[in-house]
Amino acid sequence: MLARAQTWWMILRISLEERLVYRGDFWIGTLMRFLPIVTQVFLWGAVFAGMGVAAQAGRGTGQIAGYSYHDMVAYYLLAMIGRAFSSMPGLASGIARQIRDGEIKKYLIQPVDFVGFLFLMRVAHKLVYYGVALVPFAIAFFLFRGYFTGWPPANVLAAFAASLVMSFLLGFFLEATIGMIGFWTLEVSSLLWIYMLFNFFLSGHMFPLNILPAPWDTVALAIPLQYLAYFPAAVFLEKVSGPALWQGLAIQGAWVAFFIVACRVAYHRGVRRYSAYGG
Amino acid sequence: MRRGQIVMTPRPNYVRVFLTFARNSLVRDMMFPTNFIIESISSIGWVAMNLALYILIFKYTNHLGANTDAGGAWDKYQFFVFLATSLLVNNVVQMFFMPNAEEFSELIRTGNLDFALLKPIDTQFLISLQKVDWSSTANLVVGLLLLGYAVPRLDGFTPSLLAVVLYPLYVLLGALVMYSIMIVLAATSVWLGRNQSLYDFWFYITNFARYPLEIYNGPIGNYLRWTLTFLLPVLVVVNVPARLLAKPFQPDYAYLAVFAIVATAASLAASRWVFQRALLSYRSASS
Repeated sequence: MLARAQTWWMILRISLEERLVYRGDFWIGTLMRFLPIVTQVFLWGAVFAGMGVAAQAGRGTGQIAGYSYHDMVAYYLLAMIGRAFSSMPGLASGIARQIRDGEIKKYLIQPVDFVGFLFLMRVAHKLVYYGVALVPFAIAFFLFRGYFTGWPPANVLAAFAASLVMSFLLGFFLEATIGMIGFWTLEVSSLLWIYMLFNFFLSGHMFPLNILPAPWDTVALAIPLQYLAYFPAAVFLEKVSGPALWQGLAIQGAWVAFFIVACRVAYHRGVRRYSAYGG
Repeated sequence: MRRGQIVMTPRPNYVRVFLTFARNSLVRDMMFPTNFIIESISSIGWVAMNLALYILIFKYTNHLGANTDAGGAWDKYQFFVFLATSLLVNNVVQMFFMPNAEEFSELIRTGNLDFALLKPIDTQFLISLQKVDWSSTANLVVGLLLLGYAVPRLDGFTPSLLAVVLYPLYVLLGALVMYSIMIVLAATSVWLGRNQSLYDFWFYITNFARYPLEIYNGPIGNYLRWTLTFLLPVLVVVNVPARLLAKPFQPDYAYLAVFAIVATAASLAASRWVFQRALLSYRSASS
C-alpha cells in the first residue's frame, strides 16, 4: 500500500516536471483553447441582437430558456471547467487497446487493480495538467469577468464543487465501462465515435440543454451525460436551484455509483470471458 | 539512342497526373469500404448536430444580427445558405488539401521529402495534391442538398444567373485561401519541427470564418473583422460566395468580391514564396 502510494507520488512528480518544462507552449496552447469562446460571444451577441429587434417590435424577451446574453457566455466558460473535469481523452480507447494487445494479462497475474491503477493515473494527470493550466484559465476568466454577475452564495459554490468532483468520477467510470466493451468486440473505435458525437451534443458543450424543445429536453435531462458539463455550469449560474439542485446532485451521485458498479461488473465478466480463451 | 545524345525528361501533363492521384486515392479508400462508410457517416453526424443547433437558435430569433436595413442581418434561410457554403468550402479543403498538408509535415520530419524533391514535377503540386480524401464527398453532398433546400426558400429573393455562375468560382477561391494558410503552416515544420500548436492555430483561426462577418462588431469585433479580412483573409472565404447567393446585391459589399480575388492571388503567391523558402532551408534526415 505504501509502495503504491510512493509510486503514485513519483509518477505525479515526473508528470509535473515534464509539464512544467514546456509550460510556455502549454500556456499559449491553453489560452488558444478559449478562442472559440470569442466566436461564441459574437455569435450569441448577434442572436440576442436579432431577438432585440423582435423585442422592440413587441415580440419575445431578451432571454432564451432563462439565459440572458451574458448568461450564455458565462455558461460556455463554466462548461469548459466542467469539461476540464469530466473529459477523459484516450481512456476508453486505451483500455480497448490494452485488452486487444493482451497487456491486460499482467493485471490478471499481479495483485494490481487495473481500474484502480487507471483511476490514480487519471487523477495525477488531471492534477498536473490543470495545476499548470490554472494560469491561462485564470487569465481567460479575468478577461471575461464582465459576463458574470458575481459569485454565487457559499452553499451554491459548494454544490458546484461537489458536482465538478462527481463529473470527474462520472466521466471516468462511464468511459471506463465503455472501454470494457473491448472484451466482447474489436470494433470499439466506431462505438466510441458514436459516443463522442452524442457526448458533445448532449453533455451541454454546445448549448444549455434546457433550450431544447420538448420532448428533447426531457430526454436530454434524463440521461447522465448532462452531468458532464451542463449541470455544474447551471448550478453555478443558479439556473438550477433550491430542491431541484439537491435532487440533481443526488441523481448525479446515483449515476456515479451505478457506473462504478457497472465498470466493476463489466471488468470481472470480461476477464472471465477473456481467460476462457487459450486456457 | 546515340552516344552523347542528351535525353530530356518530358514535361508531365499535370492534369493527367492529378487524375492519377485521384484515382489511386479512390482505389485505396475503397479497399476499406467499412472504414469509408463509417467516416462518411460520422462526419455527416457532426454536420447534423451543428445544423440542429442552428435550427434550434432560429426557433428563438428570426435574425442573426440586428442590422437588417443595411443587409447586415441573416435570416434563417440566408444563414442556411451560409452554412452550406461553409460546408462546401471546408470539404473541398478537406478533400484535396488537408491530408496532404499533414503528410507534408511528416515528410519534412522523416526526411522523406527527398524522394518528392527528386521527382521531375513541381514539388508543391506533388505534395499538395497527391492524396484525395474521398470520404469528404459525403459532406459535399450534404452541403449541396442544404443549398438546394435553402435557396428556393429565400425570402423574396432569387439569385441572378451571374451570381449562380460566380458562386462555384468564389467557393474555389475560398478553398485556395485556406489552402495557402495551410501550406504556410505546414511548411513551418522545416524551421519549427513538429508543432501541435500550429494545427490548433489553424483550427481556431478558421473557426472565425464559420460565421457571417457582420457578427463581429464593437471595438474588439471591428478590430478582429479588419485583421481577418485584410491581414489573414479568412473572412472572405465563406462570406463572399454566401452573400452572392443569399442576398441581393449591395454596392457596399461589391469591394469585398473584388478584394476576394486579390486576396486569393496574394495568398497563393505568399504560400508559394514560403514553400520555396522552406525547401531551401530543408536539410534532410538521413535517407
